[in-house]
Amino acid sequence: MSTTPSTSRPQRPKAGERLADWADGRLGVYTLAKANLRKIFPDHWSFMLGEICLYTFIIIVLTGVYLTLFFTPSLNEVVYHGSYKPMTGVRMSEAFKTTLDITFDVRAGLLMRQIHHWSAIVFVAAMFVHMMRILYTGAFRKPREVNWLFGFLLLFLGQFDGFMGYSLPDDLLSGTGIRFLEGAVLSVPIVGTYLTLFFFGGQFPGTAFIPRLFTIHILVIPGIMAGLVVAHLILVFYHKHTQFAGPGRSERNVVGMPLMPVYMAKAGGFFFLVFGALSLISAFAQVNPIWAYGPYRPDQVTTDAQPDWYMGFSEGLIRIMPGWEIHFLGHTLELGVFIPLVVFILVLVAIAVYPFIESWITGAKREHHLLDRPRNAPVRTALATAWLALYLVLLLGGGNDLFATHFNLSINAITWFVRIGFFVLPVVVFIVVKRWCLGLQRRDRDKVLHGRETGVIKRLPHGEFIEVHERLSQERLHELTAHDQLKPLELPPAVDEAGVERKVTFGEKLRARLSAAYYGEHSQVAKPTTKEFEESTHHH
Amino acid sequence: MEYLSARRRHPLAALVALLIALAATGGLYAALAPTQRAQANPAQSLAIDQGKRLYDVGCASCHGPSGQGSHNGPSLVGVGAAAVDFQMGTGRMPAQQPGAQVPKKRPVYPQPQIDQIAAYVASLGPGPAIPNPSQYTPGDMANGGQLFRTNCAQCHNFAGSGGALSEGKFAPELRGVSPKHIYEAMLTGPQNMPSFPDTTMPEPQKRDIIAYVTSATDPATFPSYGGLSLGWLGPVPEGLFGWIFGLGVLIAASIWIAARTAKARKK
Ligand code: HEC
Ligand code: HEC
Ligand code: HEM
Repeated sequence: MSTTPSTSRPQRPKAGERLADWADGRLGVYTLAKANLRKIFPDHWSFMLGEICLYTFIIIVLTGVYLTLFFTPSLNEVVYHGSYKPMTGVRMSEAFKTTLDITFDVRAGLLMRQIHHWSAIVFVAAMFVHMMRILYTGAFRKPREVNWLFGFLLLFLGQFDGFMGYSLPDDLLSGTGIRFLEGAVLSVPIVGTYLTLFFFGGQFPGTAFIPRLFTIHILVIPGIMAGLVVAHLILVFYHKHTQFAGPGRSERNVVGMPLMPVYMAKAGGFFFLVFGALSLISAFAQVNPIWAYGPYRPDQVTTDAQPDWYMGFSEGLIRIMPGWEIHFLGHTLELGVFIPLVVFILVLVAIAVYPFIESWITGAKREHHLLDRPRNAPVRTALATAWLALYLVLLLGGGNDLFATHFNLSINAITWFVRIGFFVLPVVVFIVVKRWCLGLQRRDRDKVLHGRETGVIKRLPHGEFIEVHERLSQERLHELTAHDQLKPLELPPAVDEAGVERKVTFGEKLRARLSAAYYGEHSQVAKPTTKEFEESTHHH
Repeated sequence: MEYLSARRRHPLAALVALLIALAATGGLYAALAPTQRAQANPAQSLAIDQGKRLYDVGCASCHGPSGQGSHNGPSLVGVGAAAVDFQMGTGRMPAQQPGAQVPKKRPVYPQPQIDQIAAYVASLGPGPAIPNPSQYTPGDMANGGQLFRTNCAQCHNFAGSGGALSEGKFAPELRGVSPKHIYEAMLTGPQNMPSFPDTTMPEPQKRDIIAYVTSATDPATFPSYGGLSLGWLGPVPEGLFGWIFGLGVLIAASIWIAARTAKARKK
């Protein structure tokens, strides 16, 4: 039992080392780690958006597990006699009652509810911004299309899971939201009624819905999402991260910090920062105060019954749509609800398929690991912004009543603004943003050729005043000129080598025209050639 | 008795009986009808006179010299003292500039003058009287919450934060409105609000609603669990808050962190 270090026996390895050895022998951790721990991650603030998604997702799962310990997903009716006095003697579902109990009687229950809900709001917002950054920088291009789809699925599922969570407590807003959903499903021609009967296990609201929703909300969707997150991250690893062009950065390397220890330490720190910020918000601001909404009853409704923000654009679609109906052979087609439902899906699908449309138009099969600066892809940037404008104007429509009361406007005026804006704004935004990008490209070109304006005015011997321009550094010059400029696709020759006439298909024509719209001379400013650059240096 | 029974079959007997019956019902009506006009109380008639004088100066231009209405304002015949007390007590009347809806403002008249004008308007035709305090003492707030969500929340929002109606009209926020004015609002249904007379909403229910509105919806009297209420306006302000103070702060932190490393690398 000697513990003195003076013995000559070979020293036993430390506990940590032994554990690592044990694990390596069984799981092959070392080889895995060796291959990946030195993986390089480039640094840019926008590359941390994905991390925010990841951390908020983890926080949501953790707090959600806590909530399930106390929540009963049941629509059985009970009479409340708990500690929230304004609700004493009120009939409510068990789901609502247990949510009140979590809020007022479970230790840290209200805080957990609020962290869970605030994180959900921030989670979807972070995914949204992350997606827009991928879109604006062209990070979705080959080989990352599949990862784009995984990401899009995560956004889509995240939105729906959020909506289901919002529906679980069975408060007045929950019920109104589910009623909205019921209406939307009912509007589907032919199968609508059967679908709702199936979803609700009979007539709305029934007693089956909340338990079903619960299973889907806490098990099915989070399970799929967790799988997708892992797949998403594995692909990020496998493809390696993209980077912006710069000295020493090429399509074949990644410049940045190694995963271990630098990036891991930073990421770990960032996780706690995210957790901390969300906890702070949740400690100081209410979200979904169900005790103020009261339990759901189908005969009650309140103003300001909006969905959480990520479903807001569907609310906007419904609010701006005139209540059209078609009666046909004893059937009613509820266009006032069905058209918004279809447009809702189209708005989402539009963004999901964009990468594939662009790659078809471009016709380029090569891989991309360098990101575009948004200005260098004017048509894509303008399209993305037009989509964003559409999305935002619909959000505005979804909150039309609040914008009316808080800015002293007429709700009808806002609704008309949104109706017209829905068609006009994307077009206007497209034109403005495209020109703006071209303007920025022109400025880059000027900077490369003539240097940066210093603001210093010099008087030449013969009396002329000039502004002194300073040459850009070599690095900056590289950054401004590293991007590719594609040429529009040519139509395949109408007569092939063998002299046989071939028909140019409609698809090919369309593609050539779109390609011209993307890469024609009206859509990009030619970057300076070496010759131009040399001339400009001699000139000065 | 004999005298009467002897003339019972006189041709004029029916007429006399009819006259007596009419006089009796008229008198009964005068005694029981809710208007103050019928009570020949000298203090009351003084109030009516003074009310009339105030009315001529402040209200007649829009509501007509005898309350019959004009193209600037509706008739006040039969709106009752409660309507006047509500409209003037919340500062809505006298109205100032035309707009989508006459807004609430600081009351222009002191309460005694409001009472006089109310007495005058009440004398124009029968209508709901100003309630006495026992009618609007707060009742059961839990039941009030239920009633409020059934009858009022579709315009005034679940917590009385107010809401938009069409064409720039709106249902106002109810926090800070006095119990009397809440009662009168339900009784008289100002502007675009429906009225809730005692036949459809008995007095105890009104008192329950008052209990709910004056306590449970008001962070000043009821603790604001879980932090700032963000106005109790539903998910729209929550979304804005989440974007700005949630994601906004996190993005700011990302930019800060990324900027730190860039510097470290240059060394
Ligand atoms: C500038 C014009 C204007 C003046 C002055 C004005 N009113 Fe009005 N009043 C209106 C209008 C317009 C309405 C109807 C719109 C509404 O319901 O808000 C109205 C409505 C009312 C009502 C509610 C009627 C109902 O049907 O319930 C009452 C009571 C009333 N006024 C009393 C007064 C009294 C008392 C005064 C004097 C102190 C006054 N008003 C001065 C324009 C005026
Ligand atoms: C159809 C919508 C609607 C409903 C339902 C409704 N109100 Fe109103 N309420 C209004 C409008 C509009 C006004 C503003 C009237 C005005 O300015 O003259 C108002 C005004 C009021 C006011 C005066 C507020 C103030 O600031 O002076 C009170 C109190 C009030 N309502 C209480 C209630 C209660 C209690 C209920 C339910 C029993 C109810 N309302 C139901 C639309 C509504
Ligand atoms: C649960 C939600 C999500 C998580 C946890 C997540 C996480 C991440 C992380 C950590 C990265 C690497 C860092 C970065 O580039 O920001 C990343 C990259 C990426 N994400 Fe996501 N993401 C999510 C949702 C999305 C969505 C909604 C999309 C788009 C529809 C998307 C598309 C991509 C793509 C294409 C990349 C590769 C980017 C590159 O290499 O430059 N992701 N994601």
